[in-house]
Amino acid sequence: MSGRRLPDAVWYPMLSLGVVALVTTAILAFGQAATRGPIAQAQADDTRQLLEQILPAGYADNNLLTDTLQMTGPDGAPLTVHRARKGGALRAVLFEMSGNGYGGRLTLLMAVAVDGDVVGVRVTHHNETPGLGDKVDAAKSDWVLSFNGRSLGKPEPARWAVKKDGGDFDQFAGATITPRAVVATVKRGLAFFAAHRDDMMATAARAGQNGSGGQHE
Amino acid sequence: MSDAPAMRSVLRDGLWDNNVVLGQMLGMCPAMAVTSSATNGLGMGLATMVVLVMSNALIASLRNWVSPEVRIPVFIVLIAGMVTLVDMCLNAWFHDLYKVLGIFIALIVVNCAVLGRAEAFASRQPVLASAVDGLASGLGFTLAITLLGAVREIAGSGTLFASAHLLLGPDFAFLETRVMPQGAGALFMILPPGGFLVLGLMIAGRRRVQQWLDRGAPAAVAPQAAH
Repeated sequence: MSGRRLPDAVWYPMLSLGVVALVTTAILAFGQAATRGPIAQAQADDTRQLLEQILPAGYADNNLLTDTLQMTGPDGAPLTVHRARKGGALRAVLFEMSGNGYGGRLTLLMAVAVDGDVVGVRVTHHNETPGLGDKVDAAKSDWVLSFNGRSLGKPEPARWAVKKDGGDFDQFAGATITPRAVVATVKRGLAFFAAHRDDMMATAARAGQNGSGGQHE
Repeated sequence: MSDAPAMRSVLRDGLWDNNVVLGQMLGMCPAMAVTSSATNGLGMGLATMVVLVMSNALIASLRNWVSPEVRIPVFIVLIAGMVTLVDMCLNAWFHDLYKVLGIFIALIVVNCAVLGRAEAFASRQPVLASAVDGLASGLGFTLAITLLGAVREIAGSGTLFASAHLLLGPDFAFLETRVMPQGAGALFMILPPGGFLVLGLMIAGRRRVQQWLDRGAPAAVAPQAAH
């Protein structure tokens, strides 16, 4: 900037900013076009890995990413339901639920077997306090595995709560709100499954062949 | 055009005299936000360093064409565009790395240290010197916030470099150490107050060391950069 003498004309600053903005925008547009495909692919891989790790090994043999159906979730938002089958028979459905934790919205992915038992739960997104509430994350603690094999009747509805509230689930030292939110969200998810079980099963039988390529958010 | 400063002084400036965090106190937002662990600090530091080198070089190469009246918007457009491009490329082709660094990349745009180096150095100096300045400033930033993260992590979680393998690959799993038993840490060190506390102590510590160094040469006392 200090070297060459630039034109004094009033249009020069406008031109130089305009050209820089134009060129940058063009480069970004090309960049986005070039990366869109690989990014979508990578995100689909992420989703598949997430869906597969929640199920026990060998639980399903279908493509969980494409075997989906769209429903209206309990909060009125569209909900993508993934289905796990073995040998063509439906074994479980997987869907996301969200609740309110200590640090805001938390999202969990749950797999529910056709008989209503929890196959697995993973917290996929949260803003909980590091070192306290983030023990709901499977990478930090095994706590979230304590849902495996539970259902709306196991334990009875009144005991679907943390121990401090007279329930069956552990809270963490110094953090009750987060596990309370997760327990309540899982319970809501099971209730949602119970209420819409027939829909999920009925559509599941029909939509088996034409699984839409819906992608989970 | 002023003469390019000696590389040695550029390096010394970035690492110590004018350290982005401890000397200039720029880039506080990312420095405080992500340093709840040493690994996070290192990740943020390295990502920022790469961007600093690239943005300094780019801006230095355009310095003779940008008119002074619009230089700040031009720098911001260039920096934001470049960070966005890096973000998209990492997401597309280095997705595993992106999953670790992704949260840091977007934060780099708001790191005023990047704009600060562009304005203070790269807009007046040749490309190579500017790239070296970006490297030195980025290295100083990385060291400062990795140390900040390490202190907070040890005091807060009782670990050091936890989950370093996610950032650096499985070969670096040996870095992960547990200093104190699980649950022994003081939680507030990981929360924002701990960040301010440790940063304050580090700034004070740097000045103390500087005073001690200056004591050896009383005549030439501190032509040290303004804070």
